Amino acid sequence: MIWLDTIVQGILLGGLYALFAAGLSLVFGIMRLVNLAHGDLIVMGAYLILTIVSVLGINPFLAALIAMPIMFALGWLLQRVVLNRVLGPDILPPLLVTFGLSIVLQNALLEGFSADSQRIGAGLLETASWNLGPVTVGIMPVLTFASAILVIVGLNQLFYRTSLGRAFRATSDDPVTASLMGIKPAGVFAMATGIAMIVVTIAALYLGMRANFDPTIGPARLIYAFEAVIIGGLGSLWGTLAGGIIIGVAQTLGAAVSPEWQILAGHVAFLVVLLIKPRGLFPRAYD
Amino acid sequence: MYRVQTRTKASQIAGLLALGLVIVGIILPAFASRTMIQDLFFILSMLTLAQFWNLLAGYGGLVSVGQQAFVGLGAYAMFGGVILLGWDPVPALILSGLVAVVIAVPTAFFTFRLQGAYFAIGTWVVAEVVRLSLATWKTLGGGTGTSLPRTASDFWGTAQVAALFDVRAAAARDIVTYWLALTLAVATIGGIYALLRSRRGLALAALRDNFDAAKSVGVDATRMKWLVFLVAAFGTGIAGGLIYLQKSRISPDAAFSVTDWTAYVIFIVVIGGIGTIEGPIIGVLVFWLLQSTLADFGSWYLMILGGLGIVVMLFAPRGLWGFVSDRTGVQLFPIRRRLIVTKGE
Repeated sequence: MIWLDTIVQGILLGGLYALFAAGLSLVFGIMRLVNLAHGDLIVMGAYLILTIVSVLGINPFLAALIAMPIMFALGWLLQRVVLNRVLGPDILPPLLVTFGLSIVLQNALLEGFSADSQRIGAGLLETASWNLGPVTVGIMPVLTFASAILVIVGLNQLFYRTSLGRAFRATSDDPVTASLMGIKPAGVFAMATGIAMIVVTIAALYLGMRANFDPTIGPARLIYAFEAVIIGGLGSLWGTLAGGIIIGVAQTLGAAVSPEWQILAGHVAFLVVLLIKPRGLFPRAYD
Repeated sequence: MYRVQTRTKASQIAGLLALGLVIVGIILPAFASRTMIQDLFFILSMLTLAQFWNLLAGYGGLVSVGQQAFVGLGAYAMFGGVILLGWDPVPALILSGLVAVVIAVPTAFFTFRLQGAYFAIGTWVVAEVVRLSLATWKTLGGGTGTSLPRTASDFWGTAQVAALFDVRAAAARDIVTYWLALTLAVATIGGIYALLRSRRGLALAALRDNFDAAKSVGVDATRMKWLVFLVAAFGTGIAGGLIYLQKSRISPDAAFSVTDWTAYVIFIVVIGGIGTIEGPIIGVLVFWLLQSTLADFGSWYLMILGGLGIVVMLFAPRGLWGFVSDRTGVQLFPIRRRLIVTKGE
């Protein structure tokens, strides 16, 4: 039964990776921008929630609600002031600017919060679990997974049921024609990054409650998120969830063999998928 | 009558100056302090890494964030040659380059499937895979790393240099690694310049300027990507081996550090001016000045470096050298072919 347990834990871990990846996928889908600072933004979100929790002494979920509008505003500003200037056919400027941002964020967090690892305390929730016969699952991983599904359903609703979603899809398909129809791509992009930052806040909440974090762990989260997006296929949020699950299961299986193998197994799973299906399992976009 | 020429007056002067600088560089250990030799080693080795990253990203359009894979592989290959095969560290540097190329082939096979920005993160994943795999190799120190064995500390040339300059063994090692770094940097700049002026260089520039048009006149884009990637891996591997010969202690986290071997290198190239040979040279000098003045400030230093990179990319995307070159028209390493119409006939 230990294998069943390992796989279930892996699937639930995949929920966390899907949360990491959803924001990345959203921004890439709309403006073809790969934000290399995505992982560091998640870590920054975790520190923001931690600060709110310790200053106001409130529940982390409530703190995340307060953090969301702040993160939205930061994302909106980042896109308006910096990233909109570098979007274009040349991929080099956005890559280098977000890479620079990643280094700046990591070191700013290091300066502000020191290299000590931190955790967002969630009280009883940290250890509570459900006994489901053959396997026991933690409440926290289940909540993470449920949140990932909610985020994906929410984003899909936003895309296909609202006028903002229509503007997103139109700008993604053809920014020039969309702007002829009265849509301002610069504003649409700023909204998209703002919304991505709300998803980042949710990811940050679970990142911070589930395990210790420090300013240097951002790039590794970026890599997991990226792997989940590529495995799932560009443009498909459900595919991203599947990708997250594959990475999660590979990691827990690897860890069951030997702790050294945990991270490596996730990367190897990614390379195997890349070998068999270079465009991912459920591709929708052609890029 | 006409002829095609790339040479300019500035490039002829620059060529003579460069020759003079190299000669000064060779005889420098006779009177320079040990700290200066160590600083120059650092500058030259970073310059080599920067030139190869510039070849990849600035000319080949391959923005890799995973070059630390080849630095680390080169370093571990040199250690492997010494510890497992009992080689002298200096000839083992050839292993550094070869192992890097051997691993670059599957790396390219995987990452060339990814486009643009995804290629960047793909190379990073490969670098992580290599780091984690080497960390499980116990003979080479596993996750904690290892030092070069004592027997390898008197490598080729150190005894002669110690006798020649009448210095201790440690200083002699610094001088030999410095000469190797000088050779590598000069060979790198010379080699890349020769490549860019050749037919293949013309193909590269054509692909960079207009991908579709270049392909339509018969430039083999895939072959050029492979060529650039493998050449960069070879050079980066040798540089990695040399850097860790000088450090003489290795660990997976240090040898595969994305900050030390990729972030710094990217900032050097971007600040100096991407897509030019002059850019990395200026960039490495700026980088060294910043590091020697701000190194005590730790994370502030990296914040300033990152911020500077962002500002340059936003407001002067062709870097410091691009800024100068655009205004003066000076090119020290010209690769543009110009038509010279001569009198007669």
